[in-house]
Amino acid sequence: MTDIPAPRHIPDRLDKPFRSAIFSWEALLVVVAVAIFIINSFASPYFLDPYSLSDLTFNFTEKGLIAFAMALLIISGEIDLSVAAIIALASTMMGMAVQAGADTPTLVLIGVVVGLVCGAFNGLLVTRLGLPSIVVTIGTMSLFRGIAFIILGDQAYKGYPESFAFFGQGYVWWVVSFELVLFLIAAVVYWFLLHRTSFGRRVFAIGNNPVAAQFSGVRVGRIKFILFCLTGLMSGIASVLITSRLGSTRPSIAQGYELEVITMVVLGGVSILGGAGSIVGVVLAAFIMGLVTFGLGLLNVPGIVMSIFIGLLLIIVIALPIVWRRLRGNS
Amino acid sequence: MKAFLKYREIWLATAIIVLIGLISTRFPAFADPGNLRQVFNDTSILMILALGQMVVILTRSIDLSMASNLCFTGMVVAMLNAAHPAIPIPLLIVIALAVGLVLGAINGLLVWRLNIPSIVVTLGTLTIYRGATFVLSGGAWVNADKMSPDFIGFQRAAFLGVPVLSWIAILVIALFFILMTRTALGRSIYAIGVNPTASVYTGIDVGRTKFIVFCISGMIGGLAGYLWISRYVIASVEVANGYELNIIAACVIGGISIAGGIGSVGGAVLGALFLGIISNALPVINISPFWQMAISGSAIILAVVLNARGERQQGRIILRKAEAAT
Repeated sequence: MTDIPAPRHIPDRLDKPFRSAIFSWEALLVVVAVAIFIINSFASPYFLDPYSLSDLTFNFTEKGLIAFAMALLIISGEIDLSVAAIIALASTMMGMAVQAGADTPTLVLIGVVVGLVCGAFNGLLVTRLGLPSIVVTIGTMSLFRGIAFIILGDQAYKGYPESFAFFGQGYVWWVVSFELVLFLIAAVVYWFLLHRTSFGRRVFAIGNNPVAAQFSGVRVGRIKFILFCLTGLMSGIASVLITSRLGSTRPSIAQGYELEVITMVVLGGVSILGGAGSIVGVVLAAFIMGLVTFGLGLLNVPGIVMSIFIGLLLIIVIALPIVWRRLRGNS
Repeated sequence: MKAFLKYREIWLATAIIVLIGLISTRFPAFADPGNLRQVFNDTSILMILALGQMVVILTRSIDLSMASNLCFTGMVVAMLNAAHPAIPIPLLIVIALAVGLVLGAINGLLVWRLNIPSIVVTLGTLTIYRGATFVLSGGAWVNADKMSPDFIGFQRAAFLGVPVLSWIAILVIALFFILMTRTALGRSIYAIGVNPTASVYTGIDVGRTKFIVFCISGMIGGLAGYLWISRYVIASVEVANGYELNIIAACVIGGISIAGGIGSVGGAVLGALFLGIISNALPVINISPFWQMAISGSAIILAVVLNARGERQQGRIILRKAEAAT
């Protein structure tokens, strides 16, 4: 799993801002996004419609929310495969609360707290016991979803209060959905946290060299623990949104989301080996994935075929700069 | 180091025996040799897959695409069989191995030539291969009535009282045992996992070896594809969806370190058996199958906690031995 970390190239002098902006990962993503946007608007006459574009955002807002926290976690050199299972467990708990007659604020609180607790559980196992996060979260992924299956079996919870539907189906203004607003707020918060605070610098430091970070006085364990809690928290929030949008809970809810979230993060230019990445990249990657799935959906392409495009996009976008650099290096 | 590895397997084997013992206190029929043979047969496919995954994990890589490879290859052989029932089964198995090899080689080439981390490559091919299954089949299923009797019956035929499926598993286990303990490739795989930089200096081509392990896991995925389809007699896009994590779980429970370099054939087999016994025992002791997921999740966490202790200890033992040797 942990591939050999290549010696990191640290330049004496930074590239000129303009030059580095043009050749940055984010620039590549913008080009890809614009290209897909243009292709989409030619491919389907229904694409360039405010209501269509608004529907489009639902394809990525929930996963995107988790992707922000996941980006920080992956930058710090850890990973969380249990996010979709946390969604299932939090949704199941909310469903139980509904049967007990809970009102909307209580439901939201339960969803968010269950997410936070699950994240803290992952964080404790990884930081206190020093276990590899990929294995721990494969385990908790089975455990959390397993608990949802034990509680629900082949049943489903329904009967969510009407006011609860706002989170996943409501619009704040015209075609701007509540989910989109939440996504944009989260993007700004996480951008600030990662790129403008000492906490963010510490996350990068841990990802680049945890030992050196430790000796520089960074509390590696505590920061990683906080990141796991954040990822759990965002999964809890996503669970509220998804449950509200679907209006029901099944234990198989959000199956396979974890891989889509990670795809989004990696596509956004976050190094899977840790130590590098940006929130702007993740936002762009979320848009790209939303554009691809929605555009293909308008063309009646089945979901499973869309996943081919997502998979290809992931590999090509990662391989492209490597191939290009190599070609340029040879000539 | 070898003594320690043995110790870990004995430990796991003891856990399995205790587990069987506990179940048989309430249901004596479970420990019946006939039933245990059945459990082994049920677990054969998982054991084979776990061995394929093991060689990848040993080199500090991971293959998330195995279940999708299984699904795609299974669909290829099922459609071939439905269209040309005359193709003999051994040839079909060779085709399955070849298709799997190609899919594995794609993973391997991307990891080797472009140096993309294996988790990213196989995350991509995980979705691509399953999507390709849909494109290939047009979303249709291949049902039992379209498969030839040979296709379904081959692995069920008994040889010396044991089904062919079990024999295939035994053969694969034996081959992997020889590979890991008696060949230079096996040693290189361990060496890369323990210390990739040092392996380069000892003349091991790390990239090429990684390519080879992905070819191996691909072939295993292909073989398991035929076995899975002919066992459950349905080929669809949903086959083995999410199974990649069960395979990794079997490896982790079997004591294979995700950090590479530590693990053995016996461990992978026992890890798979452990999961197989649980899934076979649950209906017997009247626990809803919905419990299985949570139980295997807990088993994974417990296994990784125990393994982490072992690994720490092992580091010290190596150092002491190295000091003694000089």
